[in-house]
Amino acid sequence: MNKDMSYSAVMGRRSEIMKQAVGIDYSVFEYGKIGFDYEKMMRETGYSLQEMQEIQGQTGVGNTPLLELKNLTALARKLAPEGKGARIFIKDEASNPSGSFKARRAANAVYHAKRLGYKGVIAATSGNYGAAVASQAAMQGLKCIIVQECYDSTGKGQPEIIEKARKCEAYGAEVVQLTVGPELFYTFLKLLEETGYFNASLYTPFGIAGVETLGYELAIQCREGLGKDPDVVLCTNAGGGNVTGTARGLIKAGAEGVKIVGASVNLKGLHMASDEQFNKKSFTTGHTGFGMPFATWPDRSDVPRSAARPLRYLDRYVIVNQGEVFYMTEALAQLEGLERGPAGNTSLAAAFSLAQEMDKEQIIVVQETEYTGAGKHLQAQLSFAKENGIQVIFGNPAEEIPGENIILPAHPSLLQAKDIDMDKLRVSYIRNCIENNKVTELDSADLSFIIADCNSDKETVLKALNELGVSVN
Amino acid sequence: MRRRAEGTWVRIHDIILTPEERATNLPDDTKKVPLEMWTKGFLLEEASIGDMVEIKTITGRTVRGTLVEVNPYYTHDFGKFVPEILEIGLQLKEALWGGDLNE
Repeated sequence: MNKDMSYSAVMGRRSEIMKQAVGIDYSVFEYGKIGFDYEKMMRETGYSLQEMQEIQGQTGVGNTPLLELKNLTALARKLAPEGKGARIFIKDEASNPSGSFKARRAANAVYHAKRLGYKGVIAATSGNYGAAVASQAAMQGLKCIIVQECYDSTGKGQPEIIEKARKCEAYGAEVVQLTVGPELFYTFLKLLEETGYFNASLYTPFGIAGVETLGYELAIQCREGLGKDPDVVLCTNAGGGNVTGTARGLIKAGAEGVKIVGASVNLKGLHMASDEQFNKKSFTTGHTGFGMPFATWPDRSDVPRSAARPLRYLDRYVIVNQGEVFYMTEALAQLEGLERGPAGNTSLAAAFSLAQEMDKEQIIVVQETEYTGAGKHLQAQLSFAKENGIQVIFGNPAEEIPGENIILPAHPSLLQAKDIDMDKLRVSYIRNCIENNKVTELDSADLSFIIADCNSDKETVLKALNELGVSVN
Repeated sequence: MRRRAEGTWVRIHDIILTPEERATNLPDDTKKVPLEMWTKGFLLEEASIGDMVEIKTITGRTVRGTLVEVNPYYTHDFGKFVPEILEIGLQLKEALWGGDLNE
């Protein structure tokens, strides 16, 4: 029998396809009108920390070095007020087998797929996760397909994404490349249905739990090497998994006093589904185009209930500009002798700014780096920006307009992370929660869920619900 | 047109959705262009560039599309010289180690 493969028909089979491809019945964790038991889902479908360490250890994932950035710290202290300038450390996740922390997520997802008897894995990603899944699939003997959004309608591709395609193919994966558009999901569903492979989504409980080892490790490394927990851990934030997993790992290590700060590259004004603007951006991940929508509505992901729920864990969320991240990428190479990929240095740029607010005795940890190479390098990306009509200049990065220019700081003192109003994000989350679930009244269990899911309090949530005309019974 | 043998490693192109078939919630510039796809595999029969062909991908799937490239290879690189990058390093070293403070 031939199935209807039209857009609407395939999208209509979405939940059925997903259930087959993820092996989780999310409905058993759901309650009320909108709530679900997040911790139960993580507990019953994920792995324990010890199991994850074992799984990752078998493929050489994890136990990455924690490096002190002494020269960057010294520079931050020169620019900071007397007594300020925290010690900056970086967790060199580029030393994972596939060159990024995503190996942790992929190790668990691919292990799980194999355990459940799937013959292959598919992931929809233009980022480092593709290479991570491909690398793990190679090690664990599964087939692998990666679906990328890569080109604009003139066939011009983002160099960073093309490099990731090359890396996936190097590990033996099939790469399906698409032009701009959210209907990537349609192609993804068709592939899942056609092959019967596992959806190695970034947002499953096992994927997110895979990052917990990162948070756990860095807490232990700080205790062993420095005799105490870090004060601040900075995570580059896109889909929220990095923040969520790291924070959960820190909590599992008992490091509950650590402040979790997310950082994204500011791409304000650029529409992520715009064909014409696709190549006007210099960052294809770690940016606000993912960070904001995923923080304020995690369940937009490719699974019914995302395990990445950053608002639960973020103490603070800051943005930096493209010029600042490129600048810090070069600083990492020139002052610390570490050449790493630009996107992973988003949180480093923010840390350099935040360290100047903190006391000298304090510790700030940047929890990732990523590999660099052709296409995925500041020269390749700045050169590409220039070709696309983006002006690259020195000046005050605060004046940068995404899509028009990239402003490199004229002096390191001009590098300033900017805070995003967390309360606004929470209100926006609550609005999305109500609108996407199409509800006008909630029960008290739903209310508790919302309070926990956006890490707010009863009064604030009730006020926001009231303004949306939603009653709580 | 030169004929390419069965089994040659090629790249194909296909239209997944025409502008009319695309999702409704798209920006105007995206809505007016099709959703296109490229993938690679071994030719299942002799063909020339521009022909509609079938390929077998590295995972063993059979996919149809227009033959656009034979023996495809990567051309992405480290970009052209960007003089601003040199300036960053010099500026940072001056800020950290240069100037009056370190004399």
